[in-house]
Parts: sequence; C-alpha cells; structure tokens
Amino acid sequence: MAQTITQKILSKAANRKFVDAGESVWLNVDILLTHDVCGPPTFDIFKQEFGPDAKVWDPKKVVVLPDHYIFTANEHAHRNIDLLRQFAKEQQLEHYYDVGTDRYKGVCHVALAEEGFNLPGTVLFGTDSHTCTSGAFGMFGTGIGNTDAAFILGTGKLWEKVPESILFTFDGKMPAYLTAKDLILQILGDITTDGATYRAMEFDGEAIFSLPMEERMTLTNMAIEAGGMNGIIAADSIAESYVKARSQKPYELFQSDPDARYHSKYRYDVSKLEPVVAQPHSPDNRATVRSVEGTKITKSYIGSCTGGKLTDFVMAARILKGQRVSVTTNIVPATVKVARDLETELYDGQSLKQIFEDAGCTIALPSCAACLGGPADTVGRSVDNDVVVSTTNRNFPGRMGSKHAGVYLASPLTAAASAITGKLTDPRDFL
Amino acid sequence: METIIQGKAYVLGKNIDTDQIIPAEHLVYSLSDPEEVILYGKYALSGVPPEQGGLPQGNILFIEEGSCRSEFSIIIAGPNFGCGSSREHAPFALKVAGVKAIVAESYARIFYRNCVDGGFAIPYETAEPLNQLIKTGDELKIDVEANTIENLTSKVTYKLNPLGDVFNIVEAGGIFAYARQEHLMPQS
Ligand code: SF4
Repeated sequence: MAQTITQKILSKAANRKFVDAGESVWLNVDILLTHDVCGPPTFDIFKQEFGPDAKVWDPKKVVVLPDHYIFTANEHAHRNIDLLRQFAKEQQLEHYYDVGTDRYKGVCHVALAEEGFNLPGTVLFGTDSHTCTSGAFGMFGTGIGNTDAAFILGTGKLWEKVPESILFTFDGKMPAYLTAKDLILQILGDITTDGATYRAMEFDGEAIFSLPMEERMTLTNMAIEAGGMNGIIAADSIAESYVKARSQKPYELFQSDPDARYHSKYRYDVSKLEPVVAQPHSPDNRATVRSVEGTKITKSYIGSCTGGKLTDFVMAARILKGQRVSVTTNIVPATVKVARDLETELYDGQSLKQIFEDAGCTIALPSCAACLGGPADTVGRSVDNDVVVSTTNRNFPGRMGSKHAGVYLASPLTAAASAITGKLTDPRDFL
Repeated sequence: METIIQGKAYVLGKNIDTDQIIPAEHLVYSLSDPEEVILYGKYALSGVPPEQGGLPQGNILFIEEGSCRSEFSIIIAGPNFGCGSSREHAPFALKVAGVKAIVAESYARIFYRNCVDGGFAIPYETAEPLNQLIKTGDELKIDVEANTIENLTSKVTYKLNPLGDVFNIVEAGGIFAYARQEHLMPQS
C-alpha cells in the first residue's frame, strides 16, 4: 500500500510494514529531547512513576539542552538548571550540555541539528512544541508534554496517532527578496492556526530543495503554528551532506510514494509570492508587507530557533550593511556556534558581527531570550505597548513579554529593513 | 473516574494558547513542591486579555485576587484550545485552579494529549459553538457516560463527542495508570 514519508517512518518505528492514517500505534523512540523548562518536571514524574532509583531506558538517547531561561538572575530558573545537572549526573547522560561550561549550546532545535542528532528516517520526541523543526531532515519530530516524556524515559516508547498528511509544493526559483519565513507565513494565512491539527505538513518542490538546511528548518519549525503534528521534507543530497559532516551514525532515507493518499494538497509558484508578515496577535494573521508598510515599530528582534540561525543573520546583514537602525534592534544568535560564526562569516568583506555593531544593533548571548518573554530581566523582552517586528514564530498576546505589546512576525530581511526605517518596510526597498 | 461533573462555566473565545493559560514567566515554579504548586492556580488563565475572560460579558476574573482556586470548574471554549507551546504546566495550572473538564470545539494536539495522558482534566469536543450558547457562571452538569452536557441554568442539554480512542486512558486516569492496567509497564 502506498504511504507518505511520515507513514513510512512511523511504520518502521512501530515494527510494521504499513500504518494507516488515524490508527494509534506504539512507537520506538530514537531520541528524547528536553530542556530547562520541561526537564525538571519530566524527571520528577519519571521518578514518581518508575521509582527513585530507576534508570532511563537508554542514556545515549536522551538529549538535554538547557536554553530557555539562561541569562537571568531569576533564582527559580537557576534551580531548574541545577535539577538538570543533577539528573544528568545521576543517569550518566553524555548528551547534557551544561550552562556556564564550554559544552553549552543554546536553542535546542538548532543545536540538535548542529550536533548531528537529526538523522533521516528516525523518530524524535521532545518536550517542546517546536521539536517539529527536525523534520527538515526527513525524519519524524514532534512535541509532547512532561508526562509523555517521562513515559518515554522509562520505556523508550510512546503511542501516537498516525497523521494524515497535507502536501505543500513550491515551484520555481526563490527570488532574492523571499525567504522560507515568507513561505510558511503564506501557508499559515491560507490554512490558519488549526489548519493542520493532528496532521503532517509535508513540503516539496523545486524551491524547497534549493534551500539550505537552515531555511528548511524555518519551514518545518512553524508547522506547529498551524497545529501540525510534524513538518517534513524528504532528505536529499543537501541534507545528506549536512548530516554526514556531523554524524557517523547510520540513517535511512524515505520518500512518499507517488500515489500516497493526502488529506489535501497546496501548490505555490514562488515567483508570484511577496514578503509577508503575521500581524498581532496570531501567526495566521497574514498581510503583505506592502499593505502594512509605514506601521511604526519600537523594536526589531532577530533571533530564536526560527530566525536566529546563520542564514537568517546573513540575510539581515545584506540589508544592514552600511546602514543605521533607528529602533532598538536585538540580534540573538540561536546557539554558541551561530554566535561564533557571526565573527567569522563575512558579507561583502566585513564580518556579520561588525556589520551589526556598526548598524547600532545589540548582540545578545545565545538562548531563547525574549522569544517567549521570559523572566523580567530577559534581553529584548517587550514592555508596555511595544510594537515589535520579530523573526520568531509566535505573536499571541504576551508571548514576547508585555500583554499589551503587538508583535509582527517577519523574515530577517523584513525585520532588518524595518529596523532601519522604524516602520514596517518591504525589504525590496533595500535590495 | 467521576461519572457526573458539575460546576460553573467559565467561557472563553477561540485560539486560547498556552501563554494565555499560563504565561511563560511563571513556568519556573516547581510542579511538585506544594507551596509552589498553588502558584500555578493563582496564575491560571492570567494571560487572557481581561475583556476576553468570562464571556460573553468579559472582564470576569477566573481567579479572585489573592486566591489560587477558581469558582469555575468547567471551561467552555471555541476552536483550537491550548495551541502554542508543549508546556504541560498549562493543563496542570487549570487542574490546580480546580478545573475538571474542558469543552471546546477543538484542541491543539499537544495540549489534548497532555490533558489525557497526564489525567488533568477531561478534554471534550463538541460540534456546537457552546461558547456562544453558554454564559460564564451558568451551572453545568456533564454526564460522562451519556456524553452530554446540561446547562442547569438555561435547561438545555447538548451533545459531547465521544472520547473514542483515548477513553480508556481517561478512564484509567492517565497514561501510567493505563499502561499498568494493560501490563505495558510493571505494576507499582
Ligand atoms: S527559541 Fe522560542 S520557539 Fe524556539 S525553543 Fe526557544 S522559546 Fe521555543
């Protein structure tokens, strides 16, 4: 029977030849990811349920990446890191990346890719809704809560309902002013924030397979914004060379059968799309940048697992080179690796870091920072009636701090162009 | 499992995301230390913009100033309840506040799973837009076996969608209880 790539991966994880959309199956888990917000309560439940001396099912398969509340004076946040450290020690978890050491990485979804944990054909569960990001590598990745994660810690298994898939095909060559962020915001406007609930979002087409891995990750990252269980892109040679450069582990390539059954299919011609934003207070509240041009902003924020990767900063630098920002502009690299790359990666003869500093931006330390608001002393946190243009993924009320602030989700090109003028600006004005 | 759930309705709109259910700044408290656990009750639904809390009137507090328990134990909401992050702190906070059941037109997947697998509150779905038919403060009665919800204030009964696949987990009280019952993990 014909299957989608998601069905094939889940079949393998369920030790079956075929799984049908809608059936609930028990899956063998390849990697469990957790972080500082959901790790401690997960470990608590694990101990409660499996006993104080219980051992995790496979210490090599548990990846703990503290990233949410790192650079803060908040005591509870520090305590959470202590709890991670203690559990990692007790359980001898070799994939624990401690804060304050040179093992610290930063935002988990980007670090997973950098450290070679994303392997085509595998199954990843994580205590974070953006675990779907890893689907860019032709694998199944999805978010779960603490109880489910504790269950995996003890058993290495979890039940899941096999999703139906929606296929999004992007034809054509990506124009220089268009980014993966524009593509996913386009989709969100079309299908809304619950358009893919309990479904897989599969992406393909010439434009998609021309994208670097970081840009593909922006697409799969925001599958959850449409309610998607997972986002997925079949691994091609670009994905394979990324993986091979970071891991020696075996992996398996899967592709959807040509006659696989889909819930629905969407097709776009990228040459006809334009830069868009999601207006407050929902990621599906799409508008072309042109139609909201001139809206005054008070902050620009370039960071997070969605918009804080090296490719995002290269895009921002294309616009900011030789310019000055007119509003507070926070550059928040997702990981330590990205932060380092800002110093070495050159654009037009200058390092990205230099370009941002010359433009008057503030460069913060790598973590989730104000993407989710965070404790009161978090860099870039919105206050009062801030109007923020941001490369992050959510703009629900209060997401970046203040309940009264408005957040416009945008591409790094749009966020950079708007930072210069102090109002929402189409990046084509600067390219 | 209780077979009758009775309590007052708290009515909300659509797309109530986890940041509105429990704002991110509060995620730092312990979920096991009793003194900190009650803080989750205190801040439950505190991210909902005031005019959208307690519909149709709005501006009705879910938790009174200084309290950690709500007088409302049944949430009535529109589509896509619990969208956003994976934080289990969200259904946990509702449970601490005293919520027993949620009745929404639809749910985001992770929130729904968390409710079921964590045994926090029963997530019912309805085909009808109950958040436009029920008012905050109405006295409601859910019959778990008959899959109905009766508005004792207006004397109208509505159908709830059967829980289907997850009924057994809900009935057992969560994924661990279910797994023990089914011998998927050792008895404790
Ligand atoms: S950067 Fe934002 S969206 Fe990504 S993991 Fe951190 S808080 Fe979540």
